[in-house]
Amino acid sequence: MSDYNFAYLDEQTKRMIRRAILKGLAVPGYQVPFASREMPMPYGWGTGGVQVSAAVLCPEDTMKVIDQGADDTTNAVSIRKFFENTAEVATTEATEEADVIQTRHRIPEQDLREDQILVYQVPIPEPLRFLEPSEVETRKMHALEEYGLMHVKLYEDIARNGAIATAYAYPVKVEGRYVMDPSPIPKFDNPKLEMAAVQLFGAGREQRIYALPPYTQVVSLDFEDHPFDPSKADHPCALCGSEDSYLDEVIMDDSGRRMFVCSDTDYCQSRRMAGHVGTEGVPFEEASL
Amino acid sequence: MTPLLQVRDIAKFYGGRIGCTDVSFDLYPGEVLGIVGESGSGKSTLLNCLAGHLPPDQGEVLFDTRADGPRDTVTMSEPERRMLGRTDWAFVHQHARDGLRMGVSAGGNVGERLMAVGACHYGDIREQALDWLDRVEISGDRIDDRPSAFSGGMQQRLQIARNLVTGPRLVFMDEPTGGLDVSVQARLLDLLRGLVRDMGLSAIIVTHDLAVVRLLADRLMVMKSGHVVEQGLTDQVLDDPQHGYTQLLVSSVLQV
Amino acid sequence: MIEIRDLEKSFILHNQGAAVIPVMAGAHLDVAAGECVGLTGVSGAGKSTLMRMIYGNYLANGGSIKVGEVDVARAEPREILTLRREVLGYVSQFLRVVPRVPTLTVVAEPLLALGTPVAEAEARAKELLSQLNIPERLWSLSPTTFSGGEQQRVNIARGFAHRYPALLLDEPTASLDAKNREVVLSLIEDAKAGGAAIIGIFHDEAARDRVCDRVVDVTGFTPVRAA
Repeated sequence: MSDYNFAYLDEQTKRMIRRAILKGLAVPGYQVPFASREMPMPYGWGTGGVQVSAAVLCPEDTMKVIDQGADDTTNAVSIRKFFENTAEVATTEATEEADVIQTRHRIPEQDLREDQILVYQVPIPEPLRFLEPSEVETRKMHALEEYGLMHVKLYEDIARNGAIATAYAYPVKVEGRYVMDPSPIPKFDNPKLEMAAVQLFGAGREQRIYALPPYTQVVSLDFEDHPFDPSKADHPCALCGSEDSYLDEVIMDDSGRRMFVCSDTDYCQSRRMAGHVGTEGVPFEEASL
Repeated sequence: MTPLLQVRDIAKFYGGRIGCTDVSFDLYPGEVLGIVGESGSGKSTLLNCLAGHLPPDQGEVLFDTRADGPRDTVTMSEPERRMLGRTDWAFVHQHARDGLRMGVSAGGNVGERLMAVGACHYGDIREQALDWLDRVEISGDRIDDRPSAFSGGMQQRLQIARNLVTGPRLVFMDEPTGGLDVSVQARLLDLLRGLVRDMGLSAIIVTHDLAVVRLLADRLMVMKSGHVVEQGLTDQVLDDPQHGYTQLLVSSVLQV
Repeated sequence: MIEIRDLEKSFILHNQGAAVIPVMAGAHLDVAAGECVGLTGVSGAGKSTLMRMIYGNYLANGGSIKVGEVDVARAEPREILTLRREVLGYVSQFLRVVPRVPTLTVVAEPLLALGTPVAEAEARAKELLSQLNIPERLWSLSPTTFSGGEQQRVNIARGFAHRYPALLLDEPTASLDAKNREVVLSLIEDAKAGGAAIIGIFHDEAARDRVCDRVVDVTGFTPVRAA
């Protein structure tokens, strides 16, 4: 074992974070304050998510880390390495093999199970923040269920753009009570927030933890005459041909040629392994990994 | 007839200093009460105590609620008081920017109170916002502009529309015409009078402008050093003031 | 309709050595429905003061002023407000209105305050404005910009818009030409015929003789001032 305690944080800190997590699960959508620790990475790089993951990891767990759906970006790789070093847990890129999945800005395409935990990195936990700068006032608004302001934001969207233009961090109401920021996931992922797995949200700089227990009711806010629409780019994945996954737009060259590919790399690869091929993809056997 | 508001012995102290003290009065539906006095006389403190923005140290403010009749808003729970604040009450600030969301369009500003009480049909909200902009004489094509692009008088009218859209029964106004030039003031006064009459509003207006209260208020209360020194019919208090301070106040007004 | 008993009034000037100026003592006056009483007396005798006290504009120090069922000397402000809205009209010499409000609305306002439908109130206002020879092109303008005579006529139209059971008239024919003076006098006669109790101040003696059933000299109500 290294010089670190298991999963970097000391046991007292993990207990404190677990208490915050339990409280968050007991009051779904409510932002529980916690004493966020200094982590060996800068704020904005997932310090909140890392602390939550550290508090729930067990030595026998397998961990997966994704950033914008991809397992191979800098942020994902460094956090995966962090836990390989400090907790010596097994890691994987396969969604179904993971016990704990830490994510930034995406929910995996594949349905999660009851024995899995999804941990979100959250930059700004307060959905009312951009309209009401006072923390005292927003906490009061949550306490008293005064959420008219949230609709003002959507109203402004429609007034300015003709439709609700909020495409990510789209506000939701949890179990008919708390309005919650689902972290900057695309609104395409919002319907997936009602899932079998436990979802935990950690905001390190803002020192807040909140949670959704399995099968919690999560409703995206909207107007009767402008209902919520979990839209995505109107293309199939160029590599695996998937019609129903969230796509990234990739610019191919200086003349503006572009390609749409699954943002969930594991999902895309699994499909290609199963024989699905998109317009610009090649059969999996011939692809070099 | 039950008074809409019964104020009993309200007092507010800032440490050893008196904010306001011994204030009692009744306000009936449809009545407009003016509160005048110089700066520091306690009129704004009183208004804030009545509107639930400041907790008074003593006394009762009984408001005739729609559901349960007269209730003391001082001892009422905060959620109930805030609910009143966005339904049956309205508060018009002296500086429109204190009462408006400057980063939100005119339509959003007017619609906020509707959305706060559960409106969730965009088309309906917009229609009501347009109706109210029209009532306060703001052209409908400004609905998507932010208040920062409006003149002072327009901002003040927008603030009034934002406050009255939910059909409140009691409006608190703190120097509503302060800081506006005279022609704009006249327009606003006319608008307020029409709204008070058409909606059967009761209002409490704090101002130091005696001409404004003469035209707007049915009754007048004169404050000095935190005390009410005189109250009565507006024209009676102004034309036949009984207290030395009121006599001084009335005789100090510049005539044009 | 109007009953005044033992009415007293003095002004106390707190900022001028608390000087006490008694202006009225022991005033008695009765005006029946359909009757018009003219107040006379030299300038400063207290004619306007008495009118203002009846209207509740000046506070009485003693005695009673009953207008219908309400004692103005003791009534709560809101009772006086109701009285002024429904029962007691007042045509003063000065027009005091919110600038910018159109003349038509100014005249219709007493009716609107009573809840009269806008169309009906405006119809009555138009009728009075035509009668008083205010040109139609001025109706949509604010009377604050009008000449003295025009303002006076707007004031009269406003005072007669609602058919008040009691009416106070302060020099209603002053600064009017013969034609308009005639209109005003006939309005007063109509009001009398309609049962209104009227108290008026008329310096125009011919007018006074024509509409007043009797005159009361208020000099009799003036207290003897200490030398």
